[in-house]
Amino acid sequence: MDFLRPASWEEALAAKAEHPTAVPIAGGTDIMVEINFDHRRPEYLLDLNRIELLREWEVGEENVRLGASVPYTQIMENLRTELPGLALASHTVASPQIRNRGGVGGNLGTASPAGDAHPALLAAGAEVEVESVRGSRFIPIDEFYTGVKRNALQPDELIKTVHIKKADGPQQYSKVGTRNAMVIAVCAFGLALHPETRTVRTGIGSAAPTPIRAKEAEAFLNAALEEGGFWDNGKIITPSVAKQFADLCSAAANPIDDVRGTAKYRRHAVGIMARRQLGWTWEQYRGSGRTLEGAA
Amino acid sequence: MRVNFTVNGRPQEADDVWEGESLLYVLRERMGLPGSKNACEQGECGSCTVRLDGVPVCSCLVAAGQVEGREVVTVEGLAEFAKDRAEHAGCAAGTCGTSLDAAKKWEAKPGQDSQTGEGVELSPIQQAFIDAGAVQCGFCTPGLLVAADEMLERNPSPTDADIREALSGNLCRCTGYEKILDAVRLAAARQERQGEAV
Repeated sequence: MDFLRPASWEEALAAKAEHPTAVPIAGGTDIMVEINFDHRRPEYLLDLNRIELLREWEVGEENVRLGASVPYTQIMENLRTELPGLALASHTVASPQIRNRGGVGGNLGTASPAGDAHPALLAAGAEVEVESVRGSRFIPIDEFYTGVKRNALQPDELIKTVHIKKADGPQQYSKVGTRNAMVIAVCAFGLALHPETRTVRTGIGSAAPTPIRAKEAEAFLNAALEEGGFWDNGKIITPSVAKQFADLCSAAANPIDDVRGTAKYRRHAVGIMARRQLGWTWEQYRGSGRTLEGAA
Repeated sequence: MRVNFTVNGRPQEADDVWEGESLLYVLRERMGLPGSKNACEQGECGSCTVRLDGVPVCSCLVAAGQVEGREVVTVEGLAEFAKDRAEHAGCAAGTCGTSLDAAKKWEAKPGQDSQTGEGVELSPIQQAFIDAGAVQCGFCTPGLLVAADEMLERNPSPTDADIREALSGNLCRCTGYEKILDAVRLAAARQERQGEAV
């Protein structure tokens, strides 16, 4: 095994180009477990800890440019207003020790369907900026996850920045697990209202081979909200609409039975989370304050 | 691979480090610092918690090569670290926490052994764990001490919810959580009282 320690982003890209099998290590909270347990012996480890730009974030007009290695702790503490869904999701990641090391880039690189950040990214809307010595490209989050623990990265590419839409409305996130810390999600759900475009976006975690959006549920709800003039009149959403939305979210899930839960339970829980989050976010939207900050 | 970093205020050099080795292994097996415990090796239990540039992390999930040039404080150095903090950056002065620069300047004083921690007064959190009977088998204690000390540095008047959250990554297999909570409350109360006295 070789340990590569690039001092700059350019050096990291060059190293990845030269050794496409090199495994990037930032927080190490995934890869070190695999090494400690002898599940993986990469030929090269590519340490990204010395690359400052990966730990920086910037709040722009429309997007937050989030460096791939910004630890979850920083997201929770500094980006609660701009990225309420992701801040809530970050708070459910493992424990303080893990949140101090891990970041969204690792979640994306591993691309586990159970990664906590995914539903929040899908709901908010995001693009992943990846780069290689050949150049950089932006991958829409909807096209990023290509299979179980597979993503759209080429072997010579590294994840640089995640460009996430700043919240223009309330966002929510919940995760089902057996305790409040140190759990892999049984399933998770994220919801974002986008009043500017009068749309709603969703994200489902741990209930399909990849993180997914419930697109039919979104389309149904978008149409129902438009038709009823809800965005303007701010009325309480009709219970039958909320139920139909929840049912469609459940139907979008394609879960499996495993040690953490059954497929049936996961589908049920996704529906419950969808209905509750619609209620919470809509109440927040109706409220006079219309604050964007996530609850909990 | 050779790794140079600072442990408990002293520059250290580790040679022939395997590239996949964890910081925990280097501390325990190469530097004779067995205070950080090796239990789950997957970041679940927190018994290997150390401060890396001031931030609590699971040392089993940090690759040794990643600590090159950085500052590590283990439970062995906790008493000295806490003492130094109390003297130089006490919360009474309104400046809670230890800056990276301050942490870097810190050195073990002559005559004190930062290896075993012998000859050093206990830190307030260590004393509180003893006084509250928060130590049973003791295996989770070092990790809890490092995590609790950092929380009290950041948040001198924690609520029970704050304490629970700060310690949520540390498992106690004896299930002695009530006494552990008592100990942290005790340390917080003592810290507060001392702050008033100053």
